[in-house]
Amino acid sequence: MIYLKAFIVGGLICAITQIFIDKTKLLPGRIMVGMVVIGVILGAIGWYDKLMDFAGAGAGVPLSSFGNSLWKGVKEAVDKEGFIGLFTGGFKAGAVGTSAALIFGYIASLIFNPRTKK
Amino acid sequence: MTGSIKEHYDSYVKNVTPTASTLKNVWNAFWIGGLICTFGQLLLEGFLALGMDKDTAGYYEMVCLILSSVLLTGFGIYSKMAKYAGAGTLVPITGFANSVASPAIEFKKEGQVFGVGCRIFSIAGPVILYGIFASWVLGLIYWITHYVF
Repeated sequence: MIYLKAFIVGGLICAITQIFIDKTKLLPGRIMVGMVVIGVILGAIGWYDKLMDFAGAGAGVPLSSFGNSLWKGVKEAVDKEGFIGLFTGGFKAGAVGTSAALIFGYIASLIFNPRTKK
Repeated sequence: MTGSIKEHYDSYVKNVTPTASTLKNVWNAFWIGGLICTFGQLLLEGFLALGMDKDTAGYYEMVCLILSSVLLTGFGIYSKMAKYAGAGTLVPITGFANSVASPAIEFKKEGQVFGVGCRIFSIAGPVILYGIFASWVLGLIYWITHYVF
């Protein structure tokens, strides 16, 4: 059941974004930035965690989840450390995704060659 | 230099910009995106079954998804999937990983610092900047409303 929910909710988020792309012709970079900021906002008003409870990876895998993690990191750090938490929480919460992408991406640049057809 | 950035960006855009009818694009985005999330759920359940707590299992799930995406990017498969699935491959965390690995591979000839080092952040940079900034602003509001007044 959780697999079906993950499939449908994750698919719907992608489908809605696709409609948005088709209508606005916004570039991928802007879409990704928008998804993360929306994730931060939905996290701050407490909706994103509810969606994650319902849909699991269906809400956890889309990039908006990264925004939600950033928000949760900042909030928890502020609760624990006070004002300075505003500066520690975000990067800590985003550390795994960012590090993994940078490290694997860099290793890939050493191993693979560009595939441009010239 | 600006020419090559633009060329790369244009080709990346071309890969993910739909050319077919909207309904078909939306359907493709739906089922491929849904499938990637289902795969994520499968990984998550697997790591939970190994006895990890929810957060740790989520971290391992993310690392696996990112690694898969970087490998598919390296072998040139992810860009083919993106051409077909559009937002279905752009929206999941795998799309973020692709946007990091793809320019890193593409620009390795321009050197370690100004090639790989700069270009690896061409999409990740804005995503991290605005994500961190937005969470800082909302965090500041949270701090003021909960701890100052």
